[in-house]
Amino acid sequence: MYSIELKVNGRPYSVMVDLKTTLLEVLRDKLFITSPKVGCNTGDCGACSVLLDGRLVRSCITNALTAAGREVTTVEGLARPGEIHPLQRAFHEHYAAQCGFCTPGMILAAKALLDENPEPTRDQVREALSGNLCRCTGYVKIVDAVMAAAQEMAGAGALKAGRG
Amino acid sequence: MELKVVGHRVKRYDGLAHVSGETRFVDDVIIPGTLTVKALRSPVSKGLVRGLDTSAAEAMPGVAGVITAADVPCNAYGMVPEQPVLVAEAIRYKGEPIAAVAAVDEDTALEAVTRIRLDIEEQEPVLDPLEAMKPDAPKVRPEGNVYMYGQRPFRQIVFGDVQTGFKEADLIVENEYFHPSMEHAQLEPQVSLAVPEASGRLTIHTVSQALYFHLGMLCGILQMEPNDIRCQAWAARTGSAWRHNAGFSDLNLAGGTVGGGFGAKNDLHADHVTALLALKTGRPCKWRWTREEEQLYSTYRGAWRMTIKDGVKKDGRIVARQMKSIRDAGSYTSLNAYVVDKHCFLAAGPYFIPNVYVQGYCVYTNKPPASSMRGFGVTPTTFATEVQMNRIAAELGLDPWEIRFRNAFRLGELTPTGRVVSSAALVEVLQKLAAQAGVDLPADLKALTSARKGEAS
Repeated sequence: MYSIELKVNGRPYSVMVDLKTTLLEVLRDKLFITSPKVGCNTGDCGACSVLLDGRLVRSCITNALTAAGREVTTVEGLARPGEIHPLQRAFHEHYAAQCGFCTPGMILAAKALLDENPEPTRDQVREALSGNLCRCTGYVKIVDAVMAAAQEMAGAGALKAGRG
Repeated sequence: MELKVVGHRVKRYDGLAHVSGETRFVDDVIIPGTLTVKALRSPVSKGLVRGLDTSAAEAMPGVAGVITAADVPCNAYGMVPEQPVLVAEAIRYKGEPIAAVAAVDEDTALEAVTRIRLDIEEQEPVLDPLEAMKPDAPKVRPEGNVYMYGQRPFRQIVFGDVQTGFKEADLIVENEYFHPSMEHAQLEPQVSLAVPEASGRLTIHTVSQALYFHLGMLCGILQMEPNDIRCQAWAARTGSAWRHNAGFSDLNLAGGTVGGGFGAKNDLHADHVTALLALKTGRPCKWRWTREEEQLYSTYRGAWRMTIKDGVKKDGRIVARQMKSIRDAGSYTSLNAYVVDKHCFLAAGPYFIPNVYVQGYCVYTNKPPASSMRGFGVTPTTFATEVQMNRIAAELGLDPWEIRFRNAFRLGELTPTGRVVSSAALVEVLQKLAAQAGVDLPADLKALTSARKGEAS
């Protein structure tokens, strides 16, 4: 067993892991952060997606040791008190979540995209979300939501820039 | 009248929980001390269990309990109560559960499963429904390979007289269609968590799409009292036997949060096993199927082979339809018999055909049980009948739009099951679709309505 330290949603944790513990197991089984889901456990469906130092990873095939000393973001870490993230609001308002099982991973994949490319085309959104499977929506509403969030965030950015 | 919901955007009641990660699916219910469940599944498609020794698995440190068929109070369930929770002797499909282990962690449970000694006498399976229908085919079940609808080996629909219809026809169009099997591929696999409560009650956190069906079935399997009178009625209808005690209810299903179903969660997959292990060990037991198990062994849409013979007039009207459909049901009835029913009822689609004869066969093979999936058998009907419409149109040199207008249900016409069509809208739907697709329909089709034939609209 090894002791590792990592930050999850801004909070520091110290956990014991062995050589085959995955990051998903650390989050779900040790820290009880359950928004990353076990959909396939083989890195195919994207339901376990989290951000590791801001980069999108599939936590079910990420060895926990590689997360040592790094910062993990799950969807629980996106909202601030009294204020949900524009992506969360857009997914809610555009009906991009149906059963909700893929939603946390989907929102994080979208965040990873918008952090890098704040004004994506619909095709770029589809490309960025292509590792995250949704069986309910048919994806159209998810792309709608990401485009709406991008627009809102760009507007907020322009506003800030204007004020600054 | 002012409508409050129709025509308005209504937020999902569970939407905020979904986007914040707060929705608690069954696998997200985490209780300290919960045991991990794994199953020993049959490595062969057909055979007989000749020896089963779980002693080495039970003796392993960390193993809290092992169950076999001997631990199941009533080892037969389903709409037709026939499917065993765990195989006692006859194996009917590869992957059929034979024993299950509850252990302190996944590694221990997996190791314990490998220590169960299993001796099987392998038998010749039948995997093709057409082969299974032959009289000398190996039997999937002793009573035969075809589900009996009363005295007939098929669901029969008779409307008018197809032979007369064929005589009136200008042309016969006959085609065969095949619809392959499909996995639902919902994102959340089968998961079940059974928790023995201090009160003596058993709570099962379930992914079921059919809570009351399953409550009745579980009460039958476990010989427990259902906690709702509707379930007792259901258990009685399905022939499940249960011990009826006056007084405190024994079983509680906690469900309703489902990570995708599409029909995959209309059949019991895991709740009966976790319940039995929880009762045996006295501890919470969770079984989460792997994606591999889900793909290989859960229910699915069974394959269909469909033959359609239509008698048609030169103007495109279908005057007779004879349809024969064969459903590969896998090894148990599950919901297959009802799937075949609905498939047959909709054989004419949204069209008026005055003479219809349908035979729908529900055939057993040595595969995992097929069951419901989005449409209960109607989706393959629609696939076959709509392709057939296009082929008829091609043979007659008609436009595929026109042939649908010519046959569309009008108000007051009859379906093949004798129901009066009291709400017909295909004509209007087609007109709207054509407009949206930029198809300029001929004036006579634009002028049609769903009103009764002969009545001015």
